[in-house]
Amino acid sequence: MSVEMPEQNSITAPEPTAETATYWDAADEGRLVLKRCLGTGKAFHPPRTISPFTGRADTDWIEAEGTGKIYSLSVSRRQGTEHCIAYIELTEGPIILSALTQCDLSKAEIGQPVHVVFEPCANGRRVPMFTTVATD
Amino acid sequence: MKNKAFIVGAYEHPTRDATDIPLAQLHAEVAAGALADAGLSLADVDGYFCAGDVAGWDAPGCGPFSMVEYLGLNLRHLDTTESWGSAYINHVAHAVQAIETGKCRVALITQAGRPRAERKSPAQMHSEQTQSAHEAQFELPYGPVVTNMYGMVAARHMYEHGTTPEQLAWIKVAASHHAQYNPNAVLPKVVTVEDVLNSPIVATPLHRLDCCVISDGGGALVVVHPDVARDLDRPKITPIGAGFTVKHLNGGYFDILASGGVKSGAEAFAQAGIKPQDIQYALIYDSFTITVLVQLENLGFCAPGQGGRFVAEGNLISGVGRLPVNTDGGGLCSNHPGNRGGMTKLVEAVRQLRGEAHPAVQVPDCHLALAHGTGGQLGSRHGSATLVLERV
Repeated sequence: MSVEMPEQNSITAPEPTAETATYWDAADEGRLVLKRCLGTGKAFHPPRTISPFTGRADTDWIEAEGTGKIYSLSVSRRQGTEHCIAYIELTEGPIILSALTQCDLSKAEIGQPVHVVFEPCANGRRVPMFTTVATD
Repeated sequence: MKNKAFIVGAYEHPTRDATDIPLAQLHAEVAAGALADAGLSLADVDGYFCAGDVAGWDAPGCGPFSMVEYLGLNLRHLDTTESWGSAYINHVAHAVQAIETGKCRVALITQAGRPRAERKSPAQMHSEQTQSAHEAQFELPYGPVVTNMYGMVAARHMYEHGTTPEQLAWIKVAASHHAQYNPNAVLPKVVTVEDVLNSPIVATPLHRLDCCVISDGGGALVVVHPDVARDLDRPKITPIGAGFTVKHLNGGYFDILASGGVKSGAEAFAQAGIKPQDIQYALIYDSFTITVLVQLENLGFCAPGQGGRFVAEGNLISGVGRLPVNTDGGGLCSNHPGNRGGMTKLVEAVRQLRGEAHPAVQVPDCHLALAHGTGGQLGSRHGSATLVLERV
């Protein structure tokens, strides 16, 4: 089986829309933001104008802590480069698809605490990823 | 649902490498095979069911028309419900409804694909699938491909339930025991647990041999009105229960180990009026070993978390274990045409219910079988279809 993996430093650039520009603008500034459903009070992801829980356009943006724990992960190798996709369960509740970076992937485990870092993608915009390494 | 319609024709293309067969022709060849099996012809078909693998599908809404023209059909009913690998299992349920409501009498369902000939990697298929979806910009930067997405399902199952790579490997071992009797299987050689564990890691914790084959080919079914079935000298196989649902990520609140099979299975069993334990033979979508394990739990063949123990020690091998699964060798060893496994599941179900499976894997007096498919990805959004079939 041949599987294409993104090469290092060539992370697929996101294509923001009017609905999601706030998310990517915040990422460029090193902030992780989430959408919150005002009807249920729950934060959700991916961000969108219409709440996935109520179907109503009553949502607002919130600043996320940028912390969470690994819900699951999978490491694959291509041309000697390791890549680790991961689902991260954020402190605010939702599980989001992301990747681990700036840490020893062979030691990363489900349940481990992580925090957000931002990696540049192909067009220079910054993409939220997570690391297990404490920055304090 | 019982006795409202009968599957009278089934055919699996023998090829696994269709370099010399264009896509439309592949569909036509499987159609001809299933109709010949039924004792019918294209002129008898008045209902056609297909999904996104027909030639021309990339012309949205119009692709199926090209396929209908190629086949030369004169239709009263067309159903192009797309749900990837689970589509064909869903189509059988739709065909029964169409027949029951008088929309058609002879329903033809075709499936075909040639990822091997077109040298399409599953990764390419994934990005083609999702480019215009809302969530794509939040997923594609992280390199999701079919292998690492299923890898995350396996990793979580191991974390929550202590499932081992050895237990997963048993699913491939069982498939290989069946595949040795299938002359068309891509991987006909019997493998051991050690063989699986010694194969290279593709995406942790999955090994190369935890993955299905990539193959060209396809299959077709013919489902008919009881009056038509009466005139044909074919064993009578009737759908008695069906379920379908779409599982998605629900704004980020989901359980990766609970597939749509929880819901589609319960619905199918309720309609059929039976329990999982009544099933003599199960066909479970097997894109990866973990796919089988999770779906067996979700369908109720064992308790949640017990899948590892359930599949170990040859329990899925026909004549050896408690629940024979995928006796043609499945997607893991025989065929996964067009990266869509639902059709081959149905064709092998028909073989078993007719008593036409290879004698070495034939389930004795098989009259109750289940076919279950996942289209899309277990680790994210997917469509799950379950069908219970009975020979009457």
